[in-house]
Amino acid sequence: MIDSARSDASVSELIACPQCDALYNAVLPDMGQRATCGRCHTVLIAPRRGAFLRVIAFSITIVILMTGATFFPFLSVRVAGLKNASSVFDATLAFVDGPMIALSVAVTAVIVLIPVLRAMLVIYVLTPLVLDRRPLPGARKAFRWSETMKPWSMAEIFVIGVAVALVKISDLARVDYGPAFWMFAALVIVITVQDGYMDRWSIWKALDNPRQPDPSRSGDSAA
Amino acid sequence: MSVVDAYVTARARGLVACTRCTRVWPIGETRCPRCGSILISRRTRSLQRVWAWLIVGIICYVPANLYPMLRTQTLFTSSESTIVGGAIEIAHYGSYGIAAIILAASVLIPVGKFISIAYLALSMRRTVRLSSHARHKLYEIVEFIGRWSMIDVFVVAILSSLVQLSSVASIQPGPAAITFALSVIFTMLAALSFDPRMIWDDPKDNNP
Repeated sequence: MIDSARSDASVSELIACPQCDALYNAVLPDMGQRATCGRCHTVLIAPRRGAFLRVIAFSITIVILMTGATFFPFLSVRVAGLKNASSVFDATLAFVDGPMIALSVAVTAVIVLIPVLRAMLVIYVLTPLVLDRRPLPGARKAFRWSETMKPWSMAEIFVIGVAVALVKISDLARVDYGPAFWMFAALVIVITVQDGYMDRWSIWKALDNPRQPDPSRSGDSAA
Repeated sequence: MSVVDAYVTARARGLVACTRCTRVWPIGETRCPRCGSILISRRTRSLQRVWAWLIVGIICYVPANLYPMLRTQTLFTSSESTIVGGAIEIAHYGSYGIAAIILAASVLIPVGKFISIAYLALSMRRTVRLSSHARHKLYEIVEFIGRWSMIDVFVVAILSSLVQLSSVASIQPGPAAITFALSVIFTMLAALSFDPRMIWDDPKDNNP
C-alpha cells in the first residue's frame, strides 16, 4: 500500500486530514460513528443513515423559514403610544443612509443571503444523488462554493444580537415579539441540525462516482 | 480508520492533499480533479497575507473604540455611546450578564484574536514553547470564535431599525459600527488565510 501510494488506484483510497495533513486509508465507519484524525481530532468521515435525504429536507426548511423570517415583523416597540414594528429586512437596511450602505449589504449577506444560498446549493447538489441520477452540471463547483461560504453564514450570531438588543431597550420601550422572531429561532436550530447531518466526505465521494450514490443508504458498504 | 504510518503526512509521501474534499493526489497536480480547488502542499507564502489582514484589522479596531457605536435621541436628551461605554451603561442598569457578553464579544475576543493570530504566525518560523497540539487548539478556537464578534454590529442594526419613533426616541448607527465590522471581517480573513498544516511541520521546513 505504502509502496504503491503513487499509483492512482490506491491514492483514491487515501484521505488526508485538511487541518494537519496526516494521511490515512479511508475506511467508512459504521453508521452514526465518526472517523476523526488521530493527531488533531478533526472529524474526517461521519456517515449517518439517510443523511442526504434529511439534509435536503432541512435545506428546504431553511429556505422557507428564512423567507418568512425576513419579511414578517420581527420585533415591535411601543413608547408613549407610538409603535414601530421591524422585520429582519428592515434591520438589514438600517445602515442604508450614506456611507453605511456597504455595511447594510454586508449584514444582509451574512444573515439572510448566504444561509439561503448555501441551502439552495446543497439542494441542487444532493437531489440528483438521492434520485440515483448523475449530478447536475456544476454540482462540484456548487458544493465547493457552499463550503467556502460556511464561515460567513452568521444567522445564529444574529439571534444572540437580538437578545442583547432586547435588554438594551427594555427600559426605553415595551418590546413585543413578532412571528418572525420565532421563525428565526427555529431557523437557527434547523441550520445546526442540517450541518450535523452533512458528511462532506460522503458527498464528495458520491459526486466522484455517481454510479454508487449515497453511501449512507447502502448501510454496510465499505468505501 | 487505519493509520498509514505513525502520522505520515501527505507531503512526506510525495502527495498533495485537497483541503476542501480531503482527496489526495500526486504532488505535481495543481487543481483538485474532483472538486476543482487549488492544490498547494503548504501555503508558505500565505503568512504574508495573514500579517497584512491582521494589521489592517488592528488598525480598524482603533477608531471602532474611539468613535460612537450608537446615537440615541429621546425627547429631551441625545447621547452617544462607544462599545465600552455602552457595556458600562448596561451594567449600571443591573444586566451584568449582557454587559459581560458585549465586553467579551467586542473587546476580549478581538484583542485575544489579534494576539493569538500574531503568535501563531510567529510560531511558524521559530521554535516556541507551546506544542503543536496546543497551537492547533488555539487555531481552532480563533477560527470558531472570531465570527461571534459580529454580535455588536447586529445589535446596532436591530436597534437602529427598531427604535425609530419620530421625535420620542430614535437610535442611529455611529461610525464605529462600520470600522468594527471591517475589523472583524479582516481578522476573519487573516484566520482563513492561515494554513494550519504548517503548525504540525518542523519550523525549519517552513522557512522559504
